Order: sequence, then C-alpha cells, then structure tokens
Amino acid sequence: MNQTISKIRSFIFENFLFDADESALGNNDSFLEQGIIDSTGILELVDWLEETFTIKVLDEELIPENLDSVTKLADFIGKKSC
Amino acid sequence: MCGIAGFFNISSDNSPGQNDLERMIYPVAHRGPDGYGFYVGNEAGLAHARLSIIDLEGGWQPIHNEDKSLWVIFNGEIFNYRELRKELEAKGHRFYTNSDTEVIVHLYEENREECLSRLNGQFAIALYDVREKALILARDRMGIRPLFYVQHEGLFYFASEIKSLFAANSSLPREMNLEVLREVFTLWMPGGTETIFKGVHQLEAGHWARISVNKGFVSKEYWDIPFGIGVSGEFHKEADYAEKLRELLIDSVRLRLRADVPVGAYLSGGLDSSTITSLIHHYTDNPLKTFSVTFSDRVYDEQAQQKEMVDFLATDHHVEHCTYEKIGESFPDVIWHTEMPILRTAPAPLYLLSSLVRKNHYKVVLTGEGADEILGGYDIFKEAKIRAFIKKDLTSSIRPMLLKRLYPYLALSPTKSAEFAKIFFNTDASIDDLFYAHMPRWKTTGGTSVFFAEKLKRANVHHVVDKLISRFSHKLVGLDYFSRAQYLEAKLLLGNYLLSSQGDRMAMAHSVEGRFPFLDHRLVEFACTIPPNMKMKVLNEKNILKKAMDNLLPKSIVKRKKQPYMAPDILSFFGGKEPEYLNYYLSPQMVKEAGFFNPRAVEQLLSKCRKKVRQGFRENMAFVGILSTQIVYEKFVKNFRIDMPNRLDNIKIIS
Repeated sequence: MNQTISKIRSFIFENFLFDADESALGNNDSFLEQGIIDSTGILELVDWLEETFTIKVLDEELIPENLDSVTKLADFIGKKSC
Repeated sequence: MCGIAGFFNISSDNSPGQNDLERMIYPVAHRGPDGYGFYVGNEAGLAHARLSIIDLEGGWQPIHNEDKSLWVIFNGEIFNYRELRKELEAKGHRFYTNSDTEVIVHLYEENREECLSRLNGQFAIALYDVREKALILARDRMGIRPLFYVQHEGLFYFASEIKSLFAANSSLPREMNLEVLREVFTLWMPGGTETIFKGVHQLEAGHWARISVNKGFVSKEYWDIPFGIGVSGEFHKEADYAEKLRELLIDSVRLRLRADVPVGAYLSGGLDSSTITSLIHHYTDNPLKTFSVTFSDRVYDEQAQQKEMVDFLATDHHVEHCTYEKIGESFPDVIWHTEMPILRTAPAPLYLLSSLVRKNHYKVVLTGEGADEILGGYDIFKEAKIRAFIKKDLTSSIRPMLLKRLYPYLALSPTKSAEFAKIFFNTDASIDDLFYAHMPRWKTTGGTSVFFAEKLKRANVHHVVDKLISRFSHKLVGLDYFSRAQYLEAKLLLGNYLLSSQGDRMAMAHSVEGRFPFLDHRLVEFACTIPPNMKMKVLNEKNILKKAMDNLLPKSIVKRKKQPYMAPDILSFFGGKEPEYLNYYLSPQMVKEAGFFNPRAVEQLLSKCRKKVRQGFRENMAFVGILSTQIVYEKFVKNFRIDMPNRLDNIKIIS
C-alpha cells in the first residue's frame, strides 16, 4: 500500500504539481477541489493507471470516490488488482 | 485599412518631427504596404501607412477639411460613407477625394465627437484640431481596429500597434506588467485597457479620447453593447426575429462588400461563416472566392463541411493546410504580431491563412466572428444553463448527466464522467454570482499558476476579479446570467482576443483586412433584444440564426453540432519535428532571466511534453502561455529591434 501511495504521489508531482513542495499535497486532498488536476487531467491519470497497474478503468468507475485523492486512488488500485 | 501612428506634444520642450514619425510608422508597414503619408503641425504629428481599398488613386492620408484646420488619419472603413457624403454635400461641404476617410473631417465639423454615432464601420481614428490645439482619438464600437497609446515625458504617443510606440522613443520603458500577465493566465486575455506592457494602454472600444495642452487626456464612452436595456424586443414569435435578423444580415453583408478591390470570405465550415458566404452568393453579385484552414490532425479539421459548402455555393475555393510543424514554426512570428502572451495556438493558422489570401492578390475578406457572442453560440452559455438546471434540483441523479452533452468534439472531454463534471463545473455555485458562467473557466485557467515564479505568484491575484468588478459590475447588475455571460464574452473574449490577437493582428500581418458582418452595430443592437431563451432554445445554440438561414444553407450545416475553431496546442510543438527555438526561449537561463516562471517546473513540463502523453486543458494552456510570454519578453523587452532602412520608399504626401 505504502509503495502504491508513493508511486501515485510521484506521478502526481511529476505531472501535475511540477516543482511544488511535498507539502503541497496531502494524501486526502481532493485533486479537483484543490485545483491540482482538472477534469481533463483526470483522463490523463486514467491512462497512467491503466498502463502502470495493468488494470482497465471502466466508464462507470470514473467517479470522484475512486479517483479524487491519493488515498482514494490507492484504495481503488488495491480493489482492482485483487 | 492601414496603420496609423503619431504624437501630441502636451508639455515637452523637445517636439518630435518627421523622422520620429517615420520611425513610428515603419514597424507597421505590414498594415499598409502601398505607401506612406505624414503631417507635422505645431502640437501634433500624424503618420499613415496605406492599404488601398477605396479610392485607390486619391485616398492618400492625412486628409484635411476645406480650410485645413482639421487633419485626420484613419485605419479602417466607414461602410456608410456614400450616404454620409451625400448628406454633407447637401449641407455645403466640399470634398477633394472619393475616399471614406474624408467624411470624418466634415462630419466632425458638424457634430464634433457626437459624429461617431453616425458611423457604421470599423475604425481607429486620429484627428488633429489645429484651432483647438487638440488631438481626438476614437475606436469603433466593438473594438475591431486597434489603437494603443502611452504618455512619456510630456509627450503623448499613439499607434495601431505597440511596436510603433517603442520605436518612437528609445527612452520609453519596456517592462512587462505582472498584474496583466496574471490576468492573461486567468481570463485568457487582459481584463481591461492595460496591455502587457507597463504604461501602454489601448483606447477602449466604443470610446473617444481628447488630448489637449490644457486638459491632458479625457476619455468618454459613446456606445456600448446594449444588453440590459430591459426591452424584451418588438416581436413575440421566433419567426419574426429570424426574419428581421436575416434582413439586417443581408444589408450588413452588402455594405461590407463596398470596396474598389475584390472581396473574399473565410469559410470554416461552421454556421457563421457558412451564413456569410451563403448571403454573398444569394444576395449580391460579388464573385465568391473563399479561403479555409484545414488540419492534418482530424480532431480540429472541418474539411468535410467546408467541401459541402463549396459544392453548395460553387465558390472559387483556396485551402491552407496546417500541419503541426507549420503552426510550431510560425509561432514566434505570430507572437511578434499579437504583442501579447496567448494561451492557445489558434491565431497561428489564421496567420498562415491571411498569407494565402495575400498570395491570391486579395486584400479584403468577410468573416464570421461575433455571431457566437451576440446570438448565443458558445458552450460556456450552454454550460451555465445546464449548471443552473442542475442547481434547481440537486437531488436529481439524472440532471448531471446533461453535462455529458458538452464538448462532444474534444478528444479529452471534461465531461466524460458526469460526477467529475459536477465538481469541475461547480454546480453548487449561485447563479446570482456576477461571473457565474465564467468562474469554472477562470478556475481551470488559474491552475496554470503552478508554473509561476515567486515574483508572479506575489502579483495580486485578487486584483484580477476585483478589477473586473469595478469595470463591469454597473453593466452587469440586474441582467440575467445568460446575458451577463454574453456581455463578458463580447467584452473580453471577442474584444481583447478574437478581434485582436486572433483577428486584426493575424490578418494585418499579411496586409489583409477582415470585415465582420455580424458586428454591424444595428445587428448587435437588435440581437440584444432577442430573449435569451429564444437565442438558445433549450440547448440549441444560435436558434434564431439557424431559423433565419434555414432555407439558405444545407440542412447538415444548420443541424451540425457546434465545433468551435481550435488548433492543436502542445502537439504543434511536439507532434512533429520539434522547433529548435524551444531550447532558446525555454532554456533555464532565459526563463530565469525573464523571471516570470519557475525554471525547474518549466523544464519538467518540457520533458512531459516530449513524452507525447495526452495532456489536459491546464498543461496545454500553460505551455502555450509560457512559451508566448517568453517570446514577448525576448522580442519586446530584451532585444527589441526594428531594422529600419535609411530612407522610406513610397512616401506619397508630406504636409
């Protein structure tokens, strides 16, 4: 789990927060509400999920409960991978 | 159509002269390649670069009145000049040319600044009143033609483009305005009359200004888009509105075909340009030459629709085919002309298109801008309508699904997931918020601040909205949210971007004049009386225009879902061969030296772009915005240079 979280965090920093400080993102912060990722960026995130974790994200799974924070993402990946 | 420049001496001991005027007019020679004219008076100097369109032999400027007490230079067209001239001649005025310019001096003799409301046209005017020792500047109602000014050491300088101001006087500071840069990275364009350069302003659309030794600079509005006049219009039925709209459009097109050179038309394949080409075909005897942009990237391409119109009207059609590389390569030149950072590459294909027009020996094109703003075409209006509908019943799980109907044309749509779209579009916001419709866009765009250097982060972000409130609240309060959104789009997107960065500057870069039938003020005034629920009927945009054109266009064009004109952004630089200049403008040293962006963040964005992954709105806007800001910095602040010949060729008049 911790490994997944750090993978997610480094992806988010590299691709959406760029040179921001580690403190710029709490694991429970909402990506959309904090303006970290816009809703077109979410699809970029999905591309990465599918490729990195070899999972398939279904259209009905494109909901904030699954994708809108580091923790939610880690949980979602956990569920999809088992 | 032309370029103008000049000065007025308010209180300086060193008055500029002919040489200074030549230095000012040369940088805008692309606006008027046919010859120059100058006038130097006691307080003022006027310079003109001419693109001959009306009265090819006699229309050289500056032009004066009977006793030479008024001198005018003018960029643009007065479409109703024949009618005005008749009227003025009946009152005893004598004309020495056949040009539209000359009506201005005589009309000014009659009505002073009030004469502006008699003009149907697109213009930037500078008129020197010798007796009153005053300079009068004016701009057309919608802001089609540009006019910039700056005051420096007791001198007032004005010009069609900012480069002329900087060329006028090397002691003029050339510094970028951080607050305006923040506006661009929030609103997509400056929110007011300030430009990206400190101290340089544009005269606002629908305004005149009087500059005199005694009173300095005084400016006044003479017209504004009359949203909110509180009238629901003279008709009850959609069909009546449609008929009146068609009548006005036909007349507007006819007036805009007045020229002593042939007139062509841009054809995108959408409803607006198809409307104009169809009206030219059906209601005038102008031989129809059309010009289109096509894209190798199919997401942006509208070739099929263009072909349908070309076959329907049998026009003589010409195509500029845009590849990623062509857009990328032309981008630095595009920015030399926009004189402003931009967040989209969309002006670049129009820059290439105007070059094609010129190669075909055409100087004038009709084009469809303005229809979306005044007749309710934009997705942002639709978006606001759906958000308001969801807000009425927040418990409904079906209503948010409507958001999925937005942006069907985008490869990466923000509405693929209704649940995300709900957050994205902030469906909780109150529709009474002054900027209700625009807030989601501004929030997404504001996300680009992740690339800012400390200095730009510190530029007051609250000022962006505060300034809009102080500029617009008295115009917006009391209007419904749909009309508020329309007003703002007309003032900001249309006025400060589409007509300028994407319009005038791209066409004039290749000496081509754009004319805009939808922006005839009679038509704009009429459109403001159409009830919003008729303009966009349920979610059917530009409903009245579609009704008006129903029998004059192929059904598929009328029924087609709106696809806004866009061009590939990041892909234009990385989809094909990467332009070499990226390593120059975006090098860590240059980014650091300019001081606006965080060099490490820019480097990371660059390497992300090189991976060619698909990226969202924010990164696309950020990349184009950062690159264009760096180009503006390099070309206008760091290395501003005009290579001027020793003598100007083609000087026609010195008065």
